Amino acid sequence: MLYFSKWKVALILGICLLGVIFAAPNMVSPQTLKKIPFLPTKQINLGLDLQGGAHLLLQVDMVSVVKDRLDQEVDSVRGALRDAQVLYTALNRQGNSITVRIREPGDMAKAMTALKGIEGGSAITVLGSSSGQDFQIVEGTDNSITLTLTDAAIETRKRSVVEQSIEIVRRRIDEMGTKEPTIQRQGDDRILVEVPGLGDPQTLKEILGTTAKLTFHLVDSTVSPADIANGRVPPSAEILPADPNTHTPNTEQQYAVQRTPLLTGDMLVDAKPTYQQGAPVVSFRLNSAGARRFGEVTEQNVGRPFAIVLDDKVISAPVIREPILGGSGVISGGFTVPEATNLAILLRAGALPAKLNIVQESTVGPGLGADSIRAGTNASIVGMILVVVYMVLAYGGFGMAANAALLVNLVLILAALTILGATLTLPGIAGITLTVGMAVDANVLIYERIREEVRNGKTPLSALEAGFSRAYGTIIDANVTTLIAALLMFQFGSGPIKGFAVTLSIGVVTSMFTAVTLTRLILATWIRRRRPKILTI
Amino acid sequence: MFRLHLIPPGTRISFVKWRYFAFALSILMTIGTVALYFTSGLNYGVDFLGGTLFEVETTQAADIAKIRSTLGDLGFDDVTIQEFGSPNNVLIRVGGDAEATDTENVVPKVREALTKNIDPNIQFRRAEFVGPQVSGDLKRQGFMAVGFAIVAVVIYIWFRFEWQFSIGALAALLHDVILTIGFFEVTGLEFDLSVIAAILTIVGYSLNDTVVIFDRIRENLRRYKRMEMHDLIDLSLNETLSRTVVTAMTVLLALIALVTLGGPVIRGFSAAMIWGVVIGTYSSIYIASPIVLHLDLRRSQTAQTEEAPEKGAKEVSAKKA
Repeated sequence: MLYFSKWKVALILGICLLGVIFAAPNMVSPQTLKKIPFLPTKQINLGLDLQGGAHLLLQVDMVSVVKDRLDQEVDSVRGALRDAQVLYTALNRQGNSITVRIREPGDMAKAMTALKGIEGGSAITVLGSSSGQDFQIVEGTDNSITLTLTDAAIETRKRSVVEQSIEIVRRRIDEMGTKEPTIQRQGDDRILVEVPGLGDPQTLKEILGTTAKLTFHLVDSTVSPADIANGRVPPSAEILPADPNTHTPNTEQQYAVQRTPLLTGDMLVDAKPTYQQGAPVVSFRLNSAGARRFGEVTEQNVGRPFAIVLDDKVISAPVIREPILGGSGVISGGFTVPEATNLAILLRAGALPAKLNIVQESTVGPGLGADSIRAGTNASIVGMILVVVYMVLAYGGFGMAANAALLVNLVLILAALTILGATLTLPGIAGITLTVGMAVDANVLIYERIREEVRNGKTPLSALEAGFSRAYGTIIDANVTTLIAALLMFQFGSGPIKGFAVTLSIGVVTSMFTAVTLTRLILATWIRRRRPKILTI
Repeated sequence: MFRLHLIPPGTRISFVKWRYFAFALSILMTIGTVALYFTSGLNYGVDFLGGTLFEVETTQAADIAKIRSTLGDLGFDDVTIQEFGSPNNVLIRVGGDAEATDTENVVPKVREALTKNIDPNIQFRRAEFVGPQVSGDLKRQGFMAVGFAIVAVVIYIWFRFEWQFSIGALAALLHDVILTIGFFEVTGLEFDLSVIAAILTIVGYSLNDTVVIFDRIRENLRRYKRMEMHDLIDLSLNETLSRTVVTAMTVLLALIALVTLGGPVIRGFSAAMIWGVVIGTYSSIYIASPIVLHLDLRRSQTAQTEEAPEKGAKEVSAKKA
């Protein structure tokens, strides 16, 4: 146990040296670090609780996704039956299924063919589901046909919606010019967004909380205001409310617009905030297909109003004065400057496939972060000093050896955190401080064992030898159990707890190395040089 | 040369003799914890309860009554306000249930109202909102983590020792977890996600302690073939006592630094850890080891798997002769 070959000594010292090299960049500011040529430039990532910033957890609203899908299917069923000239008496939606009752029993076969036709048709590819059958079609007894949305289809849809949402969220945040955001999927249907340094996430929340589905519709001028008030509109039209933000004096206004949009937001290639007659507006440019379409429609409908609709609310409904052939235009609607800027961001980044709800939010100001770093560092240093003094009081020179190992341990923890790119949180600092207390446990076990062996009359060398070898198994058992607890914390914990688990695990591993191997090297060297007659421990 | 010996060498305390007293005490405290759980309950933090939490700093000493009335005017009734560290720092908790439909807007509403009515230079040091979906998940994950941790380490002990030891360890760990929860019931400290981390660390620490003692019991079983189990456990406890106390001391020293200097954010966590170290040490000595005594651990089980006693034992007996 006490013999070390030359290469082993070199390895141990090499690890310590590497630890110092990788930990060192954390001692200076990033600016100074750039001027030092030979040091690595990587520093520890500070968690949001230490550097300040905003953390948002968003959940994809799957209920509305399923509802939209069913609504769309109802439309398709209606269309398919009309095309097949099948008469039906009732068309209802219940839970995840749609039931339609056919009037003439003789039409059942025709109806089934027509409905199965939807399945293979364009509806599916538009929705982006990969496997063919979204709906299970079952013939009922009383001339009814039931279409049920399958779980597999919901699952596929959920996956693609979450993926698309992450992509859109990323684009929107990039468009905002935010630096170093973290955007990742969490669990089944959640998206985690972390933005360091952001003090008030209100704008971010507004940007991410908007679906931003933009559509242009012709206003149905055959419907009178009285009809709108009574809800009497032809099936091809729908009533949409005005956006209260942009219709400030008359927020109650409603519009009857044609159901089928003229243009959709995905035909936009660019959107910018700008001014028109001194008022903030958003200018946009359409892709070539969109531009052609817009040109045709405006040409045919000069003098009629069309509605610009965002998330089922009418922003404005200008009258078409002349054909718009260039494929670009402006959206005006009594915006403030930030509103116009945000709308442009939303239009550039595209619409979310579903609404995102904020289910968790946490913001830490830079003041608290700095206070936490200061408090955490002070606590670590004082804790360390207390432990160091105590170890010297309890074990004298042996305590000094343990303290040297403790110091190296601290350096190795910092180095490991830096190399692994782990995030240091406030509980993480607590984990380090706790490790300081626990790391010496291995040394305490060894030293107490040596004391016993000395009391039993062993020579210094064999007492030392026996102390290390006997305590070894115990140290392994004791540390494995702590490691198990830490791994489970990492698995099930979130955010700050994960940070604590990471530093605790790293601390356990590095302390095994320093307390066992490094102290052994120090004490072995000492005993071979000095050859003491008795061990005072 | 001076050496601080908290436990003088040759200490012989008969721990095992006091085991019934200790069992009774622990059972009483466990019953108390359960009773408190159903009466006053735990003071859950926003992590587990859902709701919104703010830490604000005002330029002058904060007027808590005025903050309460300002928030009351907004329609927030379930509001807890407390001083946090200094008179200028206040922690505000707005309950989750009442405003569940409109939780997303709590943060901006409170920000605006406090800036307008309390202090134009008010600093929002921290704002946390946890929706009901998330708080449920966090609670479930927290309990799962503690449950799995206990199962995993008990299985580890079962592999490394005899089954009797794993029962002893299990009893000690459940004891520690329950009494730590009891600590939060009695003190009224906030029970949040960081407390789960503290409990898991306490589980790790307590087990660490227990394993060291079990290791010595196993070693002594091989060494002293004829000693009564009763005496053997006492001997093992006394031999490891110095280590037990020294390690507890070093960890406590580090924790005292954390609780006094680490800032208010992690004070609850550090306080729980201090309690955990004390209770974990107690349970290793008075719960885990005596249970092994009662579970009829036969030497044959350990002896079978091992060869003759180790060299050390022979030397000791040779010296004594």
